Amino acid sequence: MTPKFRHSPPFLALLIFMFAMPSEAHAAKISELVEVDLGDQFVRFFSLQDAAIRHILLGCLFMGINFGLLGSFVVVRRMALVGDTLSHAVLPGVAVGFLFTMSKEPWAILLGATMAGLLGAATVSWIQRSTRLKQDAALGMVLASFFAVGICLIKMIERIPSVNRSGLDHFFYGQAAALGRADLWMMGGTAVLSTIIVVLLYRPLLATSFDQVFARSIGLPERMLFHLLMLLLALAIVVALQAVGALMVSAMLITPATTAFLLTKRMHVMLCLATGLAIAAGMLGAFLSFVGEGLVSHTLPTGPSMALCAGGFFLLAFLFSPHHGLVSRYRRHLSQTRQITVENTLKAIYRAMESDRFKEEGIAVRRLAGDARETFEETMKRLRLLVRDGLATFASARGEVIYLTPEGLQHASRVVRNHRLWELYLTNEADYDADHVHADAEKVEHILGEDQVMELERYLDYPEQDPHGKRIPSLRDTQRLPLRDLAVKEEEVEP
Amino acid sequence: MTDPTSSSQEIVLETHDLTVAYDKKPVLYGLDVSIAPGQLVGIMGPNGAGKSTLIKAIMGLLDPSGGWIKIFGESNTSQRKRVAYVPQRREVDWDFPVTVMDVVLMGRYGHLGLFRRPGKRDRDIAMEALEKVNMIPYASRQISNLSGGQQQRVFLARALAQESDLYLMDEPFVGVDAATESTIVDLLQDLRSQGKTILVVHHDLPTARQYFDSLILLNLRLIAYGPVEEVFKEELLQRAYGGRLTILSEVADATGEKSKVDLSAKR
Ligand SMILES: Nc1ncnc2c1ncn2[C@@H]1O[C@H](COP(=O)(O)OP(=O)(O)O)[C@@H](O)[C@H]1O
Ligand SMILES: [Mg+2]
Repeated sequence: MTPKFRHSPPFLALLIFMFAMPSEAHAAKISELVEVDLGDQFVRFFSLQDAAIRHILLGCLFMGINFGLLGSFVVVRRMALVGDTLSHAVLPGVAVGFLFTMSKEPWAILLGATMAGLLGAATVSWIQRSTRLKQDAALGMVLASFFAVGICLIKMIERIPSVNRSGLDHFFYGQAAALGRADLWMMGGTAVLSTIIVVLLYRPLLATSFDQVFARSIGLPERMLFHLLMLLLALAIVVALQAVGALMVSAMLITPATTAFLLTKRMHVMLCLATGLAIAAGMLGAFLSFVGEGLVSHTLPTGPSMALCAGGFFLLAFLFSPHHGLVSRYRRHLSQTRQITVENTLKAIYRAMESDRFKEEGIAVRRLAGDARETFEETMKRLRLLVRDGLATFASARGEVIYLTPEGLQHASRVVRNHRLWELYLTNEADYDADHVHADAEKVEHILGEDQVMELERYLDYPEQDPHGKRIPSLRDTQRLPLRDLAVKEEEVEP
Repeated sequence: MTDPTSSSQEIVLETHDLTVAYDKKPVLYGLDVSIAPGQLVGIMGPNGAGKSTLIKAIMGLLDPSGGWIKIFGESNTSQRKRVAYVPQRREVDWDFPVTVMDVVLMGRYGHLGLFRRPGKRDRDIAMEALEKVNMIPYASRQISNLSGGQQQRVFLARALAQESDLYLMDEPFVGVDAATESTIVDLLQDLRSQGKTILVVHHDLPTARQYFDSLILLNLRLIAYGPVEEVFKEELLQRAYGGRLTILSEVADATGEKSKVDLSAKR
C-alpha cells in the first residue's frame, strides 16, 4: 500500500480491500495518472473539467432518477426480488446484442437486454401459472439460469479472436467511466420517461400498488399499469447495467428506496428521498472508485462502491432515523426506564407521607431506603433524579431528609391515583383477587393516559378507596395540592 | 350523478345461472338471485363456500365461466361507478406509506379517471366519509398505526367516498371491536335508508338475524335466498353448513354472550 493511503477515510480502505483485489476488470481508465494525490483527484472530479467525469455524473443523475422512482414502487409492492431477477436475467441479452453486431453497440445491447429481461419476467409468471411453485422459487430459478446462460455466452465471446471485446466485464461489475454518449442518451431518455409517467400516473400507480383488487374494482387498468412499471423497470436496469453492473443493479434499485421507506410515511416524499439518495450514492460511489483507482494499481469497478454507499446511507438511516432509528429508540427506552424509576420513587415518598397521615412534610432518606430494602446510596441515587427534575429537594446539607416540591406532590398523586384506580378496576370488573392486582397496576400506572384515567374513573363511578382501603387521590389533588388539605381528607377517610 | 332512469322498482342485481371457476374448477354453480333496491342482504355459508368468489364475480374481478350478471339491468363491468367494494381487510399491506386520507381519497379515483387530480369536492366527500365512520382525528395518520377496527373503518370510508348505489362488503365484521361493529351497523342502516343496496359477507349466525333483511345461503350452490325469517330455518342452515354443527344450540349459546363491555380491550 502506498503511504498516501493513510489520508483516506477508513471506509475507503475497506472498500479498496474488498473490491480491488478480486477485480479483473480491464476498464478504460479515467485517469492515466500513475502518481496521484487525493486532493488533486478531488479537485479533478468536482471541477467538472474532464468530459469523462461529466459523463459519469450525468449518468449517476439519470440512474438515480430511474432507480429512486421505480425502486420506491418496487419496494412498496414487495417486488424487490423481481428487480434482482430482472437485473440478472438481462445478461444473456447483452451477449446476444453484442454477438449480433460484434461490437459494444449500445442500441443492440439495449434491445437484446430488454428482450431478455422481459423473457425472464414472462418465464417467472409462466412457471407460477403452470406449477404450484410460489413466486420466490420461480424468481430464484430464473435469476440463476438466465445469469448462467449470460456468463457462458460472454465467456464464449471473450474467446472469439479479432473482436474488440473490451468492456464486457463492465456488465458484471459496472464502470461508470465507460459510459459513452449513446449510453447517456438512453439513460436520459429513460429517466425522462420514468419521471413523466410517475408524475402523470402517480395516483393510479399508488392505488394499484396499495390494493390491486380494489383498483381493478373501480376500473383502473391495473394490469396495464403493472406492465408499464415492469417495462420501465427493465429499461432502467438495462441502461444502468454498464455503470453499476448486473451484480449490483438491484442494490442500487432497492437500497435507496428502503432507506427512504424508513425515513418517511408518505409515498411522494419517499419517491423524492429515494431519488436523492440514489443520485447521491451513485455520485459518491463513482467518486470513491475514481479516487481508489488512483491509489491502487487495479481499476476499481463502480458498481460495488455505489452499492456500498447506498448501504452506508441505509445504515445511517437505520441508526439515526428520528422515529424508528436504533439510536432514538434506545434513547426513548432509556428515558422511559428513567421515568418509571422517578415515578416509583415519588410513589414511595407518597406512601411514606400517607402513613404519617401527611402530617410530616419531609421524609428521612434512611426510612425510604429501609422501605425499599436498598442501601442508602441507592436510594440517594434515585432521589437525585427527582431533585434534578425539580420534583423534590433535600432538606439538610447532608441530604438526609427529602421534601416533595408542589410539582412533585402533584405528580406523585397522579401516579398513586392511576395505580389505585387500576387496582380497583381489576378487582371489580375483571374479578381479580385483591392480592393479585398490585403487580399489574405497577406496570399500568406509568402508561395510563389522562383520558383513559378519566374514563376509568367515570366507569368506576368516582370511587374514593382502593381495594386495600386506601384513599384514591382525586383529580383535584393531582392538580393543586396544599399538604394540609391532604391531611384533612385523610382524616375523613379513616373513621 | 345518479342515472335518472333508475327507479325504485328496478332490480339492482341479477344473476342468472352464474357459474364461476378457478382454473376450470367451478366453485360456484348455477346461481340465480335477483335483489331489489334498499335491501340489506347477508351472504352466509361455511369457509370455502364461494362467498368471496361471488362478490368478486359481481365486481367483475373474475369472469364467469357460465351465466350472466346484470347490475341495474346492464352488464356488471359497465356499472363500476355505481358499485363500491370493501375487500377483506387482510388482503393489503398496512405498512404501505400512505395516510388514512390518502386511502379514502382512492375511493374517488374511479370517478377521476387516470389523469385528473382530486379537487376540493373530492376532499370534502372523503372528509364526510371519514366523519361517518368516526375517523376524522385519524385523517393524517399513517395507516400502519391503526387497530383492526380502525382499518375496517378506513375501508368503509373509502367505499362511502365512491358514492355508489350498490355496496359489496367482504367480512367487514371480522376481527373488529364492539365499537366498530356498532358503527358499521349504524352505517349499513343509514345507507339502506338512503335507498342503497348492500351485500355483506357475514359469519356470525346470531347477529345475522338482527342485521339483515334477507339472506343468501351459499355452499357452492345457492341453498336459499329470501327474507331472513324464511331462510333462518334449521334444515336450510344444516344444508348450508353440512352435518358438522348443531347450529341452533350454538345460536342460543352465543346470543347470551353478547353485550359485554370490555374496557381493557380498548386499551
Ligand atoms: N385464486 C384462487 N385460485 C384457486 N382457487 C381459489 C382461489 N380463491 C378461492 N379459491 C377456492 O374457491 C373456493 C371458494 O373460495 P372463497 O370464495 O374464497 O370462499 P369463502 O369466501 O366463502 O370462504 C375455495 O375452495 C377456495 O379454495
Ligand atoms: Mg372469503
